[in-house]
Amino acid sequence: MTAPLVACERVGFAYAAGAAAFAIRDLSFEVRPGETFGVIGPNASGKTTLVRLLSKVVEASSGRVCLDGADVAGLSGAQVARHVAVVPQDVPRGFPHTVEELVLMGRYPRAPRRFFESPEDRAAARRAMEATGVLALRETLLDRLSGGERQRVMLARALAQEPRLLVLDEPTAHLDLRYQAECAGLLRRLGREAGLTIVLVSHDLGFAAELCDRLLLMAGGAAIRVGPPESVIDEAVLESAYGCRVLVDKHPISRRPTVHLVYPTS
Amino acid sequence: MTRPPSASGARLAVLLVGLALAVALIAIGALFLGSARVPPGDVLAVLAGRVRGVDQVVVLSLRLPRILAALLAGGALAVAGAGFQALTRNPLAEPSVLGVSSGAAFGVIVAQVFGLSGGLVDAVGIAACAFAGALVAGAAVYVIASRGGGLPVHTLLLAGVIVGIFFSAAITVLISVLDFDRLGGVVHWLLGNLGPIAPASLAVFAALTAVGLWLIVGQARPLNLLALGEEGAQQLGVDAERLKRRVFAGAALLTSAVVAFVGPIGFVGLIVPQVIRMLLGPDNRVVIPAAVLGGGAFLLLADTLARNVVAPAELSVGVITAFCGAPFFIYLLRSRAPQAGL
Repeated sequence: MTAPLVACERVGFAYAAGAAAFAIRDLSFEVRPGETFGVIGPNASGKTTLVRLLSKVVEASSGRVCLDGADVAGLSGAQVARHVAVVPQDVPRGFPHTVEELVLMGRYPRAPRRFFESPEDRAAARRAMEATGVLALRETLLDRLSGGERQRVMLARALAQEPRLLVLDEPTAHLDLRYQAECAGLLRRLGREAGLTIVLVSHDLGFAAELCDRLLLMAGGAAIRVGPPESVIDEAVLESAYGCRVLVDKHPISRRPTVHLVYPTS
Repeated sequence: MTRPPSASGARLAVLLVGLALAVALIAIGALFLGSARVPPGDVLAVLAGRVRGVDQVVVLSLRLPRILAALLAGGALAVAGAGFQALTRNPLAEPSVLGVSSGAAFGVIVAQVFGLSGGLVDAVGIAACAFAGALVAGAAVYVIASRGGGLPVHTLLLAGVIVGIFFSAAITVLISVLDFDRLGGVVHWLLGNLGPIAPASLAVFAALTAVGLWLIVGQARPLNLLALGEEGAQQLGVDAERLKRRVFAGAALLTSAVVAFVGPIGFVGLIVPQVIRMLLGPDNRVVIPAAVLGGGAFLLLADTLARNVVAPAELSVGVITAFCGAPFFIYLLRSRAPQAGL
């Protein structure tokens, strides 16, 4: 078996030093090269904190996070950003730059001391914009784009980093059905054709089950279960994690598990 | 709206050469203008070293140092403004709006209470006191305004105003309690006054400005990334804490150098970076270097106006910048702020 690209070993994290409430408790899992790995769980289960740990925005209070065998504690921010690209949910409102300027920002970790981007940086940004279909929008301001377009632009910025690992934080949170389908197709293509390793953090259980090779279900900052979608998307497991009744079904076309919420009758 | 093509080294070089030529032309023009009537031929003769006496004193000892001080102060204030704006992600942030100028002014008055005045060592001491005042005021504004890791725009501006009022009051107390025999000078200086500046002071001023510019100008690229928010910048490998400390220290140093040697001139840091952004786009790698020269040109024009418009008396240059800046601030608050999600 190949060495893992990401290895979390008994990771613990608390936002305030000495706080009783740990955002992450004793979390261990591995992500293998080339797989699409989903992270699911209820609100406040630690998913966003996990994204921050993987991108070294915060550092583990205990345990280790390893990228390609190296403990992130010993890597600079730019070194981590050459391995891991995070696709955020959105950019701040009023962001003053154009699509191309934003995508070029993804080149910063490649050469942080460079003042202006090199021709190679521009070529990489162009390839990234082509891959997500936003090249025609390159002169447009971010504020003028639809939600789906913004999503693809942020994906292009992440690809411009030329990372080995792509971390997506709730990619479908602001998208309607058409853009969700578009996003799913794009992620499949990147995973299969470009051989990228993807960590997909999502509220949308069906979306995660459809796209991911394996899932990690988190609750209260700890891992409840890790495994293929069929083993994690399980009625009893989900009901204990989310505290509500669900029905698990199979998608009529893909045969992947889907989840129906059992709405309480009055 | 069409936007200028994206930044590159060659385009920036062309722009800076053009701006430098414009600054040189304005500076030469300012040498020929003033309340003392020196005929243009005599100015040229002084510059060629062929005339001594009153004309030489007026041109070389009064006008030339004043022109240099205006260029330094304008560039320093404009870069400090651009730095504070990038740090706070707020187009209205600026040394005087944030109260940092008032803090530095308080430091200067305290230094004068302790008897520091004109010489080289004293100039360094005054600048150090101004820097301490600027840091205290900036830190106070940050602590008052921050909410859950962010700096909401309205609380930031209000905190800046409050801290500014506090330090102005403290300055008034010091001036009232201690009998300054040069009280008239203090009042003039508090409005921002590019009066006669001693060569030693000018040298210290230039050195401090150079350090401040060095701290900020090279950080223009990561400052662009800060527009993604702090976490967004960190995800791209920016050491956000270190960047913020460095740029804050640089902007405070530039502000305090200006306050120590020419007084708390307002609004230059607001007007100049904003006009440059309107003309050249938001890229800090263009805005900040252009602000060095653009700020100098603006303040030199304002000062030349200030010393000629009511000649033989003269206005404080701060009056001119405030008359330009206040309407501009209102315009920005009403038109630009809503787009920036303020």
